[in-house]
Amino acid sequence: MISIEKIRAQFPALNQKVHGHPLVYLDNGATTHKPQQVIDAISHYYSIQNSNIHRGVHYLSQQATDAYEASRETVRKHFNATHLHEIIFTKGNTEAINLVANGYSKLLNKGEEVLVSAMEHHSNIVPWQMACQNSGAILKVIPMDKDGVLDMDAYKNLLNSKTKMVAVNHISNALGTINPVKEMCTLAHQVGAKVLIDGAQAGPHCFIDVKEIDADYYCISGHKVYGPTGIGALYGKEELLRELPPYQGGGEMIATVSFEKTTYADLPHKFEAGTPNIAGGVALKYAIDWINEIGIDNIQKYEKELLDYAHQQLATIEGMRFIGQAKEKAGAVSFLVNDIHPYDIGMILDKLGIAVRTGHHCAQPVMDAFEIPGTIRASFAVYNTKEEIDRLVEGVKKAKSMLE
Amino acid sequence: MSTIKNIQNDIVEEFDMFDEWMEKYEHLIDLGKSLPLIDAKHKTTENIINGCQSRVWLHADFEQDKVVFTADSDAIMTKGIIGLLVRTFSNQSPQDIVDADTSFIDKIGLKDQLSPTRANGLLSMVKQMKIYAYAFLAKNQ
Ligand SMILES: Cc1ncc(COP(=O)(O)O)c(C=O)c1O
Repeated sequence: MISIEKIRAQFPALNQKVHGHPLVYLDNGATTHKPQQVIDAISHYYSIQNSNIHRGVHYLSQQATDAYEASRETVRKHFNATHLHEIIFTKGNTEAINLVANGYSKLLNKGEEVLVSAMEHHSNIVPWQMACQNSGAILKVIPMDKDGVLDMDAYKNLLNSKTKMVAVNHISNALGTINPVKEMCTLAHQVGAKVLIDGAQAGPHCFIDVKEIDADYYCISGHKVYGPTGIGALYGKEELLRELPPYQGGGEMIATVSFEKTTYADLPHKFEAGTPNIAGGVALKYAIDWINEIGIDNIQKYEKELLDYAHQQLATIEGMRFIGQAKEKAGAVSFLVNDIHPYDIGMILDKLGIAVRTGHHCAQPVMDAFEIPGTIRASFAVYNTKEEIDRLVEGVKKAKSMLE
Repeated sequence: MSTIKNIQNDIVEEFDMFDEWMEKYEHLIDLGKSLPLIDAKHKTTENIINGCQSRVWLHADFEQDKVVFTADSDAIMTKGIIGLLVRTFSNQSPQDIVDADTSFIDKIGLKDQLSPTRANGLLSMVKQMKIYAYAFLAKNQ
């Protein structure tokens, strides 16, 4: 059993009042708060280790480089990747997906196909649209059913020898659906397609084993796994990363430069042009270590309890409409109450010290599919409690009574 | 006809009667519910204001040297906010609208809720109203 009280005590940001009420933070899908050890790591980095990495021969530069590279090893282990150089640091999932899609805009040929799912975040749609525009490839959409579950038969029918890439999220940020990514990889590989898995929402809630999933690319954002903003990690299979053209040019990513010809650095540096977010990179290790100290299995068990409780309690509100009713869900519950606009409820919840996300959650096609303007999304972290869910339910009831 | 300034002062006084945010919100909700609806034919995609979490339609007519605004939103609170804006700017001359300041928003004690950085698109609404006023000015010169 984990002690939620002890966990909460490690998060200074949770201990505050908003509009006179103790903060109830249920917007973890957008970003999680940070435990003290992550905050300390950032502070320690700037107070003591600060130096540019991979460059200086001096002591501090070596310290900073070691700390940054230690983080890469932590991510490798966390992902169960084979090689350290299969881990690329990015600023987050948006950059990771752009990095891969940008490479694909050069690898794709006219008439080839890219599949994205109907429940993708805009950051896993737009870069592929751009890659298709640039290459003449065609973007196709894997549909979902009314529960927010991907239609696997349709997926099988869409896959063919022209399919080169399947881009899908592991867990939907708008609906909480857990997608069968392992099976999707197996099917894609049968036609020779590669798969990029957007693990933004899976990072804080799931075991990630890129070998077991057999993912070709997998990415997470640091700020959603209790780590800093502006840092993320992209895994790619070695042979694929070697073929993928570089994303940005500049320092760090080169082996030799002359005006006639530049040769690129080896992996992972080929994809890490310029001075990175060193403090963020260093602190990411502390975030992942923190998760592993508690144990993903413990987190999963507890969060499942929270999610079930939230569904149960919210269901007692008259007019409750859950959006996304997949059997396999994690991290978030999306809902509406009758036809009340989510924005109205969000504004009132805010005044009650309850932070939720309202709107389309950067997944407009999902909202269009359900023919709704948006949802209210309560998304959970391991530090949330049932009492907080009670406050949410009370808040929604209050808002409903004011608005109807 | 009241000047924009007078109407804004009235609104500030009206909101001054409430101490609590909840009462202010309830008032805003009431205003939202009572906003005269925009003619259905003006609820077009072109009339949607971008930058709002809820959808906002704004339509402007020019009648006897005055700009007449009608508006709607699918969120009630947003509708209340536009209601306040329509009340201040509708039936005013284009020049007065262009010149008007909107600091009254700060004074009604809903600054947090109505601040421009919120995703409520208040700023976009005011901007769009002023753009209409500019357009009518330009046409008449
Ligand atoms: C499913 C999903 N993909 C991608 C992203 C983008 O991540 P970031 O904003 O950290 O680049 C998010 C963040 O909201 C997300 O939820």
